[in-house]
Amino acid sequence: MILARVVGTVVSTRKEPKIEGIKFLLIEKINPESLQGTGDYLVAMDSVGANVGEIVFYAAGSSARMTAVTEGRPADTTITAIVDAIELSGKYVYHKEIAD
Amino acid sequence: MLNTNLFNTDIGCEMIFGKVTGTIISTRKSDTTEGTKYLLVQLCTQKETLKSSYLVALDLVGAGPGEMVIVSQGSSARQTNRTFEKPIDAVIAGIVDLVEEEGKVVYRKDKTVRGKNRDL
Repeated sequence: MILARVVGTVVSTRKEPKIEGIKFLLIEKINPESLQGTGDYLVAMDSVGANVGEIVFYAAGSSARMTAVTEGRPADTTITAIVDAIELSGKYVYHKEIAD
Repeated sequence: MLNTNLFNTDIGCEMIFGKVTGTIISTRKSDTTEGTKYLLVQLCTQKETLKSSYLVALDLVGAGPGEMVIVSQGSSARQTNRTFEKPIDAVIAGIVDLVEEEGKVVYRKDKTVRGKNRDL
């Protein structure tokens, strides 16, 4: 799983019927030290109700299909958790409540 | 056209070395793996030279900060009792005690022994 920040939403009206009703989010990978974006963007299906600005991590590949939302659907990037805090070398570099 | 990114990253489906650098805390998640935690792993070489990429891996072996570990990725990460059919694509499969390369010990967990340059 890789850390990323939700930076936007993706809307599509003409899509495969199996992925109807699923929220797509635009996410940017981040560096855990600086919490800055690395410039790598991905489209991810959301299984946890993430919002723009939140730090999340995603599962890629066949593991992306193992959530209740994405099971049996053509997903290969799924947001599987919203991060509350990141501890790096004994220090909290991110805490969601403080960041909010 | 070849995607050069594919060659610059170890994040994919191989078993790789990493060093535990932190912990990720999350309450809203889609899997129900209880009694395990997510660790932040910085990738490294067999000689413990750190790389710039990080990943989040589910800890199955009780690894601690600073330890060099083996990370299993991709669908192989789900081939354990605790991660079977869960949305997990990286697990810490083992803690590295020693790496031997071309007859020489290039990494040993106990730093004091390694510092004296003792062989096997």
